[in-house]
Amino acid sequence: MTDTAAERSAFVDSLAVLTAAGCAVAGLLLAFWAEDPVFAFHGVVFAIGAAIASAFVMYRGFGSGGPHIAGETYFDSPIRFATIAALFWGIAGFLVGDIIAWQLAFPALNLDLPWTSFGRLRPLHTSAVIFAFGGNVLLATSFYVVQRTCHASLAGRWSPWFVVWGYNVFIAIAGTGYLLGITEGKEYAEPEWYADLWLTIVWVVYLLVFLGTLMKRKEPHIYVANWFYLSFIVTVAMLHIVNNLSVPVSLLGAKSYGVFSGVQDAMTQWWYGHNAVGFFLTAAFLGIMYYFVPKRVERPVYSYRLSIVHFWTLIFLYIWAGPHHLHYTALPEWVQTLGMTFSVILWMPSWGGMINGLMTLSGAWDKLRTDPVVRLLVVAVAFYGMSTFEGPLMSIKAVNSLSHYTDWTIGHVHSGALGWVAMISFGAIYCLVPWLWKRKALYSIRLVEWHFWISTIGILLYITAMWVSGILQGLMWRAYDQLGFLTYSFVETVEAMHPFYIIRAVGGGLFVVGGLIMAYNIWRTVRGDEPVDAADQPRVAAAPELRLANA
Amino acid sequence: MKHEVFEKNSILLLVCALLVVSIGGIVEIAPLFWVESTIEKVSGMRPYTPLEQAGRNVYIREGCYTCHSQMIRTLRDEVERYGHYSLAAESMYDHPFQWGSKRTGPDLARVGGKYSDQWHVEHMNDPRSVVPESIMPGYSWLAKNKVDAEAMPGHLETLRMVGVPYSDDMIKSAAADLVAQATPGSKGAKGLLDRYRTFVTDPAKPDPKADAKVRIANFDGNEAEVTELDALIAYLQMLGTLVDFTKFDAAGPNLR
Repeated sequence: MTDTAAERSAFVDSLAVLTAAGCAVAGLLLAFWAEDPVFAFHGVVFAIGAAIASAFVMYRGFGSGGPHIAGETYFDSPIRFATIAALFWGIAGFLVGDIIAWQLAFPALNLDLPWTSFGRLRPLHTSAVIFAFGGNVLLATSFYVVQRTCHASLAGRWSPWFVVWGYNVFIAIAGTGYLLGITEGKEYAEPEWYADLWLTIVWVVYLLVFLGTLMKRKEPHIYVANWFYLSFIVTVAMLHIVNNLSVPVSLLGAKSYGVFSGVQDAMTQWWYGHNAVGFFLTAAFLGIMYYFVPKRVERPVYSYRLSIVHFWTLIFLYIWAGPHHLHYTALPEWVQTLGMTFSVILWMPSWGGMINGLMTLSGAWDKLRTDPVVRLLVVAVAFYGMSTFEGPLMSIKAVNSLSHYTDWTIGHVHSGALGWVAMISFGAIYCLVPWLWKRKALYSIRLVEWHFWISTIGILLYITAMWVSGILQGLMWRAYDQLGFLTYSFVETVEAMHPFYIIRAVGGGLFVVGGLIMAYNIWRTVRGDEPVDAADQPRVAAAPELRLANA
Repeated sequence: MKHEVFEKNSILLLVCALLVVSIGGIVEIAPLFWVESTIEKVSGMRPYTPLEQAGRNVYIREGCYTCHSQMIRTLRDEVERYGHYSLAAESMYDHPFQWGSKRTGPDLARVGGKYSDQWHVEHMNDPRSVVPESIMPGYSWLAKNKVDAEAMPGHLETLRMVGVPYSDDMIKSAAADLVAQATPGSKGAKGLLDRYRTFVTDPAKPDPKADAKVRIANFDGNEAEVTELDALIAYLQMLGTLVDFTKFDAAGPNLR
């Protein structure tokens, strides 16, 4: 290292320490001047996050070699952190989900305390699984994939760490806020204005790191997975900023009021909400599919042409689908019709992508039997196909008149969230962990087998219970007796849900158990314990640098 | 054109992807702000009083929208169960909207006036004491929490910044109006009614006898202080009661 390079990194390190320390001081000042206790608490949380960041830069920067670990080709330390964070938040999020499922079956479990009641825990569950679990999986995989497919190390010295750490500080602020009653009251966009602002900063840096890495690439072409990741990052930025435009009551308090109201707010929210599904939970996870499925089965993507068509049609069509959340409401009918039409058309690119993923197994279908990690990835794609058929079906107004406001929607969301998003995340994490920690295999592939079956049975219990309860309740609401009166009072339809709520909660419980099995397996792998069944694992289970030794 | 162009230029890929994802939102959202028929012309709509707005904030804080919708769809069974289908005009002052997406509990768009204040007090304290099959959590802490009346001018001021037509007088008197609405027979009542009557009568010829559509009551039964339960019940009891449907012509200029 020349003197100028050393000086330059020392300068960058000083800047990083000062920024982090500045953030810590700002957090404490906000806490000191805060007009409400939760805002003060969040000031302290932010200050602690910034102080840890500052200490980390001092410890790893300057003379100690920087954040990039010596001897590693790629910048993988933030990826390892995000992988563990994903596991942690995943299990927390699944657990909270199962708790609120039991609350619906047995309301006494709400305990009649503010911070344990359903209305506050439900946003905690949705945000923990979508943004905390899903988000960390996406940070980890996108940073992993973009480096390998570009043959370039992540752009920036501390920026990748800033993205990963800053994002998790956002999660901590948002999650504790829900429990303490801080919310904007818009689904999946509940964090208040100051958390939104912080996320915007983190997200812009994320975009810059990703784009910077693409620009550093030594490969002439940008790989297809990166198209999906890039469109996800930029679209989520657009959605997040527009849907969260709001004016705080005080710059030293938590509460704000959104700039939109009523029907415009509803349309903006579901434009955001449906594309949180479309881009956060679909496009980005398709990026995972396009890298990890071919990698794990050692076959090329089925069709290059199909991936091009898939990409452009998917991102163009998805953005129109939001109004199907507002059928027969006070939203003008022309918008509802547009939303329904595009939702139905959206079936095509969705299945195009599913076919491209599944057919990548051509000539390697036997791996479905022999490698449970492949099975997780492939069953995820199959669930993707199922829920992207169910979605367009439910977006048809006549069907929606029955399904909307019922548990059918909840079942649909979970066939996508558990079946597609979580299963492909599990598959990707099982691939990533030995690769990132340079192990020759997972600790136990048999535990993956157990995880797969327990989770799958859990999902099936969950979605079948919700199909039955949703359709049953929808039919009961609209049932008329022979004299032309409504047959059921509302509360009779609530009573009828009870057995299905228990079945659903059992299914969710199985999913939590699967997550715990995974955490144990990953912990043993990371710790470096000798794999118990390395001989049963495919060659690609090992870290790339150890594969020759395995062969 | 070969797709190679996009695969070799990250900025071009980024810009084109952003353009492609912008179109749908622009076409579906932007017209809602200027097509006049989007929000019906109705009589009777007014912004929330400070007490109702405080109650609405409690409703949002406790995540009531995760189980209750406030949007009656244009379907026969819904209109018979809940009342006239919801109009866009009825949520025009709602920042944010609370139409909801799930009915674990019933729709609340027209719950106002359906039950007595006393029923709401008991229902919030212990839902199963009045509806044995209910699965709603109890909200017993609301009766113990005092509402911060002094904060309300700031809230109304902010709401005015995002488009709610509060007058200077309403903002200035917000704290007093909040207390007056929960204190029957107080001196502040007349001022409160006069201020909010302006929305329901023609400003050119004010009619001091017109119904201001503001209910003054001791909602939670506790005369000593104004609690969050007062605020929440005041909000619930006015939901869906403002629009005068005798003057609403769905087939006329309001045709959607």
